[in-house]
Amino acid sequence: MILKKAPEISLGGVARSLLHLSPMSHQNPDHDDFIHSEEFLHHLMRRQLRLSIACAAAFLILLFGLPVANYLAPDFMAQRVGGFTLTWLILGVLFFPFVWIIARIFITRSMALEEAEVLLAAEGNEKRKA
Amino acid sequence: MPEAASFDYWILTFSAITVIVTIWMGFRSAKTSKSASDFFVAGRSVSVGWNASAISGEYLSAASFMGIAGMVMLSGYDALWYPVCYACGYLFLLLFIAGPLRRFGAYTIPDFAEGRYDSPVFRKIAVCFVLFIGFFYTMPQMKGAGTTLAYIFPGLPYWVGVAVIGAVITLNVALGGMKGITLVQAVQYWIKMFAISVPIFVLLSVYGGYGENLSVNQSAADVASPPALVQTVEPGTPQRLALPEKAPADEAWIAPFGPLTTKAATAAGLSPEESKPLSLLYTFSLIVALVCGTAGLPHILVRFYTNPDGVAAKKTTMWVMILIGVFYVFPPVFGVLGRNFLPELYAATGSKGPDKVVLELPILIREKYGILGSILSGITCAGAFAAFMSTFSGLLVSMTSALAHDVYGRMLRPNSTPAQRMAMFKWCAILIGGVSVILGALVEPLEINFMVGQAFAIAAASYFPLLFMSVWWRGMTMKGAAVGMLTGGLSALVAATLVNASTLALDKGPMGRLFAGFGGMNDFWKEYPLLRILAEQPAIWSVPLAIGLMIVVSKATKKTIPEDIRMKMLVLHAPEKLGLKQEYIEEHQGMGH
Repeated sequence: MILKKAPEISLGGVARSLLHLSPMSHQNPDHDDFIHSEEFLHHLMRRQLRLSIACAAAFLILLFGLPVANYLAPDFMAQRVGGFTLTWLILGVLFFPFVWIIARIFITRSMALEEAEVLLAAEGNEKRKA
Repeated sequence: MPEAASFDYWILTFSAITVIVTIWMGFRSAKTSKSASDFFVAGRSVSVGWNASAISGEYLSAASFMGIAGMVMLSGYDALWYPVCYACGYLFLLLFIAGPLRRFGAYTIPDFAEGRYDSPVFRKIAVCFVLFIGFFYTMPQMKGAGTTLAYIFPGLPYWVGVAVIGAVITLNVALGGMKGITLVQAVQYWIKMFAISVPIFVLLSVYGGYGENLSVNQSAADVASPPALVQTVEPGTPQRLALPEKAPADEAWIAPFGPLTTKAATAAGLSPEESKPLSLLYTFSLIVALVCGTAGLPHILVRFYTNPDGVAAKKTTMWVMILIGVFYVFPPVFGVLGRNFLPELYAATGSKGPDKVVLELPILIREKYGILGSILSGITCAGAFAAFMSTFSGLLVSMTSALAHDVYGRMLRPNSTPAQRMAMFKWCAILIGGVSVILGALVEPLEINFMVGQAFAIAAASYFPLLFMSVWWRGMTMKGAAVGMLTGGLSALVAATLVNASTLALDKGPMGRLFAGFGGMNDFWKEYPLLRILAEQPAIWSVPLAIGLMIVVSKATKKTIPEDIRMKMLVLHAPEKLGLKQEYIEEHQGMGH
């Protein structure tokens, strides 16, 4: 693993800029650690984005696919299922549980991801200290 | 004065109880909200269950409670995109925005805009859209209020209803703040859920199932293949009343690409084949507006800051999706039943038209079951009150916070004391309430749900790109964000306003005379149906325009990327356990806001 030079930015500095506090309000913590590194941030964002995009793709394919199916196969989508047309049943009833499932998967995975990232950060810090 | 003959005390009683309970809770919790922090984000101490109910309560507006049913009745299948995307838009919020935004820690979107770019100037730009989106969103709520009061008190002018409800809610917000609202909103969700579902179960047991009632409408496929029809239409299928001339035909109503999405093409005299691609474009644009718009609604986003942490923010979103998803199954059922059993609404317009189907439909069973019909209609009226009161309250808090917290507290009088800001909050509430009433009185001829869709389109082209790009792209600069948000949001705003003005010009009442100057635009729309669709549903071009401009301008102004961008991104994305979470505004740290 290539460890880059420690960043110039400090948590205290950001806290000040975010909080608009005077420089006296916060002491700078150790900012040479792995948590504050470019490497950690890059890793973090990439994994989060990958998960979000995968879930979004599952959602968008059905969402935009349904009008396309209505356009290309109107008779198929108009067949009756229990009085509903197939497309009405999908859009008016079945779509909701489909989205709940995606949301559930996302939340479970993203919480697991956060746990993993906390561990990774702790390990990274230890390594850097060593 | 109300006409005694059609005045129903049950309906009045249920509605009055809802209003009184809402106001009582507002006043009661006003006593417990002391500090400015209590006012703005409820002391950030709301549990997941309460917060999810409160978000749902605030979100389910007159559009959801009354407008969707009205639009399904009027336009059929195409209107289903609204409830589905209103609910599913939360997924986008969950996937891309909810967690990071909560970790960053700020009261409002303008807070986020300033903190992310270290730019007080950008805050001033960002705050405009709280007001733009807010006013677009309050207009349909006001129409819901005027319609409901005109239903309860037959003969009462529409604008009186708007003014009375506007005044009551404004007073409530001015005295209670958001702490009151959180509790009120949560309770109101459950009132709405009860009010939309119970009457439906009763109506379906009397008039036959959802599918059965839908099967009365024959699609082109049914006509082409009669055997299928024989299989599905059971003996005893509900017999519907005759449809008036103004009602859309079955084939157009039940099929995709019906009256809603083909309106512009039909007006231009295009053939069904020619209009179909335009309808597909309309549908796509509507989906983009609603899905992206949900993630950019200021009065909803502000609630994510009332979660204790990012994990709670995600859990809250999940529960919101379940709570509102279950709700949204019901309104279209009212639309379907309304088409079969209240077809006379097709002939009326404004507050007497299909937008009141939810209120009036339960009355039908009065013939069979007497007083039960009145009680159920009273319940749906109570739900309608809960709907426009809760959403209008939430919008009023957001818009008033923007004025009191941002414009007054930061721009005009940065040194004002908390007491001065609290006083200003009340005056701002009254000002915004007044403007909302005036705007609401103008829009009687427009459909409730359609107007809310436009508010979503503006949010989709302004705040959504801002939040999405600021959270995920570190290369964004303040200039890029500002140019993209302003251009996208304003162009959507102008396009939507032009369409509304030209629609109002067609009204036969006083609004038609007021907006007569825009009448010529309707000829232009007939000439260019594509442009009409792009103006009516601007999201499909305005969202990419906003994001594109953000990228181009940010690249050109690369040097102004905030110096501590890495740390900002860490605060947005790193798990809170790492201790990088920062609270943006903490009163007790002596911020003086």
